[in-house]
Amino acid sequence: MSDVVEKTLTALPSLLSLDSQPGAGKLSSTSKLGQFIRNITELTSKHEEEKLIKKELAVIKDQVSSPYTTMRQMRELMVRSMYCEMLGYEASFAYIHAIKLAQQGTVLEKRAGYLAVSLFLNENHELLLLLVNTVLKDLQSTNIIEVCMALTVVSQIFPKDMIPAVLPLVEEKLSHPKEIIRRKAVLALYKFYLIAPNQVQHIHGKFRKALCDKDPGVMTSSLHIYLQMIQESPDSYKDLVGSFVTILRQVVGGKLPLDFNYHSIPAPWLQMQLLRILSLLGREDQSTSETMYDVLNESLRRAEMNHNITYAILYECVKAIYTIHPKAELLEKAAKCIGNFVLSPKINLKYLGLKALTYVVQHDASLALQHQMTIIECLDHSDLLIKRETLELLFRITNAQNVTVIVERILSFLRLCNDDYTIIDLVGKVAELAEKYAPDNEWFIQTMTVVFSLGGDLMPPDIPSSFLRLLAEGSQSEVDDRQLKVYAVNSYLSVLNDDCSHLPQRFLQVISWVLGEYSYLREGLDQEEVILLLKKLLDQRGVSAETRSWVLSALTKLCRGSGRAELALAVAESLSSTLDTVLRQQGHELRHLIQDGSLHARVLPQPAPANSLEVDSSLSFLDGFVSDALAAGAAPYKPPHQRQEELGQQRAPTLEPYALSLPMSLSSCTVTDRQSPSVLSMSSGLSANSTEPSQRAGVATLMLEGVKRVWGKEGYLPQRDTSETPATVEEPSDVVQSSHQQVVIDISQPEPEPEPPQLDKKQQLASSLFVGLGSQNSACLLGKTEATVPRFRRKPHLNDASSSGTSERSSDSSHSSHSTADSFLYGGLLEEEPATPIQSSRHAPQPIAASGSCEARQHGLTVNGVDENRGGAVVCAKEEKRAHPTQLIESDMVRVRPNALAEGAVVPPQNCSRHLPSTSSCGSDSEVLKLPFELQNLPHSDIISLISDSHLCISCCRVFREDALLIVLFLSNSTEMVLCDVALELSCEELQMGSLRGNVMESMAGRTSSVCHYTVFMERPHTHVPFTGTVSYQTQPGHKHTLHFSGKLTTADFIRPLVLSTEEYGKLWLSFSHDVKQNLRLLTDAGDPLIATLNVLKDCLQLHIVDIIGSEGIVACRLLDGAPCLMHCRVHGASLAVWLRSSLSSFPDCLLYHCQRALQEH
Amino acid sequence: MIKFLLMINKQGQTRLSKYYDHVDVGKRAALEANVVKCCLFRKKEECSFVEYKDYKLVYRQYAALFIVVGITDDENELSIYELVHNFIEVLDKYFNRVTQIMFNLDKVHIMLDEMILNGCIVETNKNRILAPLLALDKMAES
Repeated sequence: MSDVVEKTLTALPSLLSLDSQPGAGKLSSTSKLGQFIRNITELTSKHEEEKLIKKELAVIKDQVSSPYTTMRQMRELMVRSMYCEMLGYEASFAYIHAIKLAQQGTVLEKRAGYLAVSLFLNENHELLLLLVNTVLKDLQSTNIIEVCMALTVVSQIFPKDMIPAVLPLVEEKLSHPKEIIRRKAVLALYKFYLIAPNQVQHIHGKFRKALCDKDPGVMTSSLHIYLQMIQESPDSYKDLVGSFVTILRQVVGGKLPLDFNYHSIPAPWLQMQLLRILSLLGREDQSTSETMYDVLNESLRRAEMNHNITYAILYECVKAIYTIHPKAELLEKAAKCIGNFVLSPKINLKYLGLKALTYVVQHDASLALQHQMTIIECLDHSDLLIKRETLELLFRITNAQNVTVIVERILSFLRLCNDDYTIIDLVGKVAELAEKYAPDNEWFIQTMTVVFSLGGDLMPPDIPSSFLRLLAEGSQSEVDDRQLKVYAVNSYLSVLNDDCSHLPQRFLQVISWVLGEYSYLREGLDQEEVILLLKKLLDQRGVSAETRSWVLSALTKLCRGSGRAELALAVAESLSSTLDTVLRQQGHELRHLIQDGSLHARVLPQPAPANSLEVDSSLSFLDGFVSDALAAGAAPYKPPHQRQEELGQQRAPTLEPYALSLPMSLSSCTVTDRQSPSVLSMSSGLSANSTEPSQRAGVATLMLEGVKRVWGKEGYLPQRDTSETPATVEEPSDVVQSSHQQVVIDISQPEPEPEPPQLDKKQQLASSLFVGLGSQNSACLLGKTEATVPRFRRKPHLNDASSSGTSERSSDSSHSSHSTADSFLYGGLLEEEPATPIQSSRHAPQPIAASGSCEARQHGLTVNGVDENRGGAVVCAKEEKRAHPTQLIESDMVRVRPNALAEGAVVPPQNCSRHLPSTSSCGSDSEVLKLPFELQNLPHSDIISLISDSHLCISCCRVFREDALLIVLFLSNSTEMVLCDVALELSCEELQMGSLRGNVMESMAGRTSSVCHYTVFMERPHTHVPFTGTVSYQTQPGHKHTLHFSGKLTTADFIRPLVLSTEEYGKLWLSFSHDVKQNLRLLTDAGDPLIATLNVLKDCLQLHIVDIIGSEGIVACRLLDGAPCLMHCRVHGASLAVWLRSSLSSFPDCLLYHCQRALQEH
Repeated sequence: MIKFLLMINKQGQTRLSKYYDHVDVGKRAALEANVVKCCLFRKKEECSFVEYKDYKLVYRQYAALFIVVGITDDENELSIYELVHNFIEVLDKYFNRVTQIMFNLDKVHIMLDEMILNGCIVETNKNRILAPLLALDKMAES
């Protein structure tokens, strides 16, 4: 009785205090909760807090179960329970009351009940089922507020199995007149989509309706669903791009009601959401991307206010621009944006800038170069996060040249770091970089030693595993492998000689394995010493049983020879009394092996050659045992799928080493093996073919399937990467060489500037950190291989698009593919009058037309294919390389590039019999080939021999006309007899031929030459274009001879200078969308490096140098008289940063390739 | 994605916590203690973002009150930083005095539920965030 009175009394003040509340239900500090909170705030020790809360919980527990407690009081009690739970004290007794409150309460109490439920329970809590009925009831309520609450709780926490019960009701709410209900219904469906996507599959149409809802809030809610769905399959929602773009345009344009603004920016979070969606949709999809360029541009433009939220939008914008199909103009703006971020004095913006840069360098590493000094500063920033983000950035731009500097930076950060997550993350990264880019063995082993010591036992087990595998598999070079192993042995011996009590177990395991396996490789090393060191390790305190097992395995391998055997025997004896059964077993095996030398030699052959071990994968030696067992009534063996799965999780960490290196008869007596036959059968099953040489005991036990191979047969992967990249790099060795030169130059560069030492140091660091970026091999050397993928994957899209673009112009005939209408006409003319191709040059720039076409007319039909016996007029071809004065600026059209063709000239084997290698021997009888008169004034290449046989010799010369390339073929009859029915045909798939008709001659007199030429156009750039041709002739009727020849043309043959002014250049530059940036080698051997380099390029590739201003130069050229390509060059350290733009997608790449070649050849 | 939102006073005591992924009650205290350690002692000139395990923490201080949001790495830190301010503006609009905030835990939660749901920002329009709560108040009054 007194109990009840007491309860009522304690309840009284709270009643009173609640009643004294203002009506709105806002609780004040005078309430019980207020008192409680104040009490807690005043506490100083954890202990007191615990005492107070326990007391409070007891009071609450009493009151919630009291029948006298009103709903209003219950609400207050719930809030107090929430508070206790929030402080970490479970109030599970209150859960059921929370559900009751949601069920029975009205308005604010009901909401509090729902709130308490959502805070107390998790999705799988069984009590949640009790809520379903309440939710159902409230969903059908006529009170909007109650419907609202129910929808809120449904979208927060709802049992998955009960979704079908509420789904029809929620769906119905999608067309509710109130926006808030529609909005919440959409959010509830989003929740359902997250937890049970198949349940809402049928209502995708309704999502679309929500997207088009007239209320911006409902539309915004539907975006969450769309973001999720588009992430999963972007291709299914491409049709919505237009809608998203329109919505974003309207939002950016301020079409939303004003209360959606945040600090006068219209719905910034909505903008960001849309930008994310757009970037997902535009990724690797040019046509989709094109539809969003405008709105992205608009977003960039609008977000100019100086407020955090606009920067947040800009960040998303920049990310989107770099994610979707690139557009030069936008990229430029985005890069500028990043620049503003990175250079901002506000630390938050700087961080965001670094984050953006980290994202962007995956696509364009050269951007890191622009901000190198800032990056260096951030590297030494006092704020850890900034430092960390900078390291992340460096990780992404690591290549073979800067790896040592970057890894050193990361390691020094790691040494000061004490956060486990960061350590695990960075250690993994260092290991990855070390394996990918290690410059030499020594560095590799040292770096891995640091990785193992710092990473400790936190490290994911695949790091040591892949390291050991790398040692074991080795590379192609025996010498190198041996050196690596010996180096590892040496360095681990010295590690063991020092104090190794602090070393992580994983590292000790690695050390023992390496010493056991490879210490014999080191000459002059007393193995007893190794055994003693290992023995010391075995006795050391704090060494785990697992590690001891590794050490023992190593000892087992080393115990050959008398002195060593005794030492090992002592170890084995000492283990005979150990409590650890596995160790005792191993000790026993060790003793056994020592006593039986021949068994030891069989089990563990000393040099452990990779192919000496044969694994009987079918376990046939057990057949007898199996049949005996079956005969004795044992159950037949079943494939252990289930056990494999179970064991799969356990086998991820390192297994006991060398289980497989022992023959089955022996290993089957070890405890672990007997327990896990499935592991054995599986790992031996790995080598389906037991003769496979790589099957190797030590390796197999490491369980490395799935681990990425980073140390291939060719050596470290960076080299492989370079050779494998589909980029235009053809001679990787040269590339590596040239980049090595860069290193040298870069490092020596800061010397001459007498700057303050601090700055100098930074620059030096910069040059070593950013070396190799943006040069031609940078793309493939980026840390993440996937980073380079989009870049290369995009190319086909580009081509497709540009071809579809040009097809508008050239839809009907193959000739029309030349880019201008004029040339279309011209192509048609040619078709009709193949004999006078040169007349067509009236379409060429005037100077040529004047000189060339008059001549052509004079000669008329005789020019082409007609016997031109000009043997008498011997003029050396060399002398003819005179400039055409009117056409050429500084004679840049005269070119002799015989090598390009010569190297491409492939002689089919069947005709090789009398192939004469050079021109001189070809035109044997003092006859020198000579271009037709009207072509002599045009720039042209040397005449080179293509092929010859006993009768005929074919030579070729390329004549560079402004609008086309002429392939001039010389047929020389090297005999005295008359050749009849001479027919020549030339074909090339990639090029458009101006004249395809074969040149046919009825007869060709002895010792005469005939000339025919083909006009060739290049519509789209190809780096190399092969052409083939045949000549057939008859020495006497019925004796037909055929001669095949082939050659190669390059884009360089089709490049013509484009003369324009700087202003025109500027205008043109902005109108082009396809661009490529790259670093080229700067020629430093003579005079001004920029001018020297540009001159070489000009001479080799017929570029037109528009202007040179300071350290920058602009150059222009075009593809015949078609698409222009502009090149902007800037001297950047020891390299030339070039930026090419063109209206043709593949032109910049092609030109760049030829520039690289030209500079290399120079 | 937003993982959790905490309101912490200067003494490091939690005033409000909301988790968008389930975390055991027992583990929350430890997590919050770590978060406090990460954020409270940072200097003014330091970044408002901190790395914590595989999360990023975004924190913002208002007088004696800290708001800390745990987010995943793909989230835009600066937008969350401003979201916190938006939240504060909403609180400011509703409560007359700052001290009322901590005595009205449930109402703060109700507002928060309107803003963030399942770790997503679902509403930032202040009027709309407050509308359901104001309706509740009105009904409770009548």
